[in-house]
Amino acid sequence: MTAAALIAILIGMGLLLVRALLGPTLYDRILAVNAIGTKTVLVIGLLGYVMGRPDFLDIAMIYTLINFVTTIAILKFFRYRSFQVPLARRIDPAKEAE
Amino acid sequence: MRELFTADAGPALINIALLAILFVVAIAIARLRSLFAIVMLSGVYSLVSAAWYIAVDAVDVGYTEAAVGAGMSTAVLLGAMLLTARTAKPEKPLKKLGPFLICGATAVMLIYATVDLPGLGDPNAPANTGAGLTYLQVNWFDTGVPNVVTSVLATYRGFDTMGETVVVFVAGLAVAMLLGFGERSLAETLRTAKKRRGKGKEGEGS
Repeated sequence: MTAAALIAILIGMGLLLVRALLGPTLYDRILAVNAIGTKTVLVIGLLGYVMGRPDFLDIAMIYTLINFVTTIAILKFFRYRSFQVPLARRIDPAKEAE
Repeated sequence: MRELFTADAGPALINIALLAILFVVAIAIARLRSLFAIVMLSGVYSLVSAAWYIAVDAVDVGYTEAAVGAGMSTAVLLGAMLLTARTAKPEKPLKKLGPFLICGATAVMLIYATVDLPGLGDPNAPANTGAGLTYLQVNWFDTGVPNVVTSVLATYRGFDTMGETVVVFVAGLAVAMLLGFGERSLAETLRTAKKRRGKGKEGEGS
């Protein structure tokens, strides 16, 4: 059962890869890359059960965090064209005083 | 048909599938012209290769690849893209000849260097005699980790690895504190100083 799920996810990765390669717009590519990252995490999690070592789940969780941070970095780059801008809205001290 | 699905067939199929994805991505990176697509695909390449490292039980290498390759280098490459154009210029075929020759020469030298190496699993090889043999004998009962290199790094030399990690973390933190972030960063300070100097000159001129 887990092996079948693993094969299905690998096929899904292949389909997403086609979208990432051909993707007409940049947002197609971002979405495809993010989904491939999620699929990679699932592959690692299922791999642990197929190979008889469920400890791989911990590794899968760390990969999830890295994938999330990467996607946020890419989206921030698109919004602001720079990594220098803070994501939180800055409170202007001068206006605060008024 | 039953023999196809033995214990070894599953991991082998997964290895083949992951390596096939890596191959397709690598060819695409070499062929594409849009730099943004290349950066995206290099992130995919790092994540998939990290998953493959996990599949072959090199957990420590997988962690490093995921953190540095997928996380850090994607951000650094995007930052580098800010400074350059969005697409690569097509090159003349003649210009590709030099790099191709260098790559070929390096490959020939590396293959020539492997001729002298002892065979895989050779019991008389220097790596398999002495301390290496002891690790191979003791490792499975001590840790239960199939990959001996990972088990040596993470258990027998666990404190050493932790010290290395702390050193690298402190070095990165020091660089980040020196360069700074946001409006207090070095780049921002230089920019405001330049602006102020420009204004001062204008004032002198008038």
